[in-house]
Amino acid sequence: MKERIENEMKLEFASKATNESFARITVAAFASQLDPTIEELADIKTAVSEAVTNCIIHAYENKQGTIKINAQLKENQIIIQISDNGKGIENVDIAKEPLYTTKPNLERSGMGFTIMESFMDSMKVESIVGLGTKVTLIKTIKKQEEKEKEDEIVSLTKE
Amino acid sequence: MESKFYEDNKLLVFKITDEIDDCSVQKIRRRADYEIERYMPKKVIFDFNSVTFMDSAGIGLIIGRYKFANMLGGKLEVANLTQNVKKIFEMSGILKLIPVTQI
Repeated sequence: MKERIENEMKLEFASKATNESFARITVAAFASQLDPTIEELADIKTAVSEAVTNCIIHAYENKQGTIKINAQLKENQIIIQISDNGKGIENVDIAKEPLYTTKPNLERSGMGFTIMESFMDSMKVESIVGLGTKVTLIKTIKKQEEKEKEDEIVSLTKE
Repeated sequence: MESKFYEDNKLLVFKITDEIDDCSVQKIRRRADYEIERYMPKKVIFDFNSVTFMDSAGIGLIIGRYKFANMLGGKLEVANLTQNVKKIFEMSGILKLIPVTQI
């Protein structure tokens, strides 16, 4: 059975650094329908920012290009796909290694994929050299009752 | 970004008031390097109290300024880390190198 998509949005914009904040704020606004905490929202914003920065710096190397974002809400999950038609990644496993960067001279930390991976519940990177890259990020937003339950446990353990 | 130099103890404080990403970081970097070179401080403190957003661009920014201040004989510390900033710095391991201070 096909999973029911409850809501969906698509975004397409030029690969310019000034669009980094536009992209993360837009995705965060869409995600806010799931009633996330401030921290969950900050995690989503950071992960989107890393993915979009990768498109601008690495995929298009600051040249003109188009970045696409597709976001879906399914129950209490947000699924975000960020794709480009840039140069692609030769070896995704190496690129995902913490501290790995092809541009150390530009003060790049090489932490982009590591941050995406740990701030979201899952990350998938599909890339074809010369064709582009697609990053899929998934995060489950805890339901309000679960959050209250957790807060209760925290307050109980503090006593 | 706001900055203040305290002459008596050669302390230079940068209060970052922008979001820190790949786009904004270049401006912050240029300004910080210019002032570090100008004042030659013994200590540089980056205050994150007003930072509403930071991604991994912040890691490169702080490591880069740490190296630059060191090269000119100064130290670097960070202060008032917000939850989001702290999470990213901890993940990168730079807090093993750079002290967190109170201001």
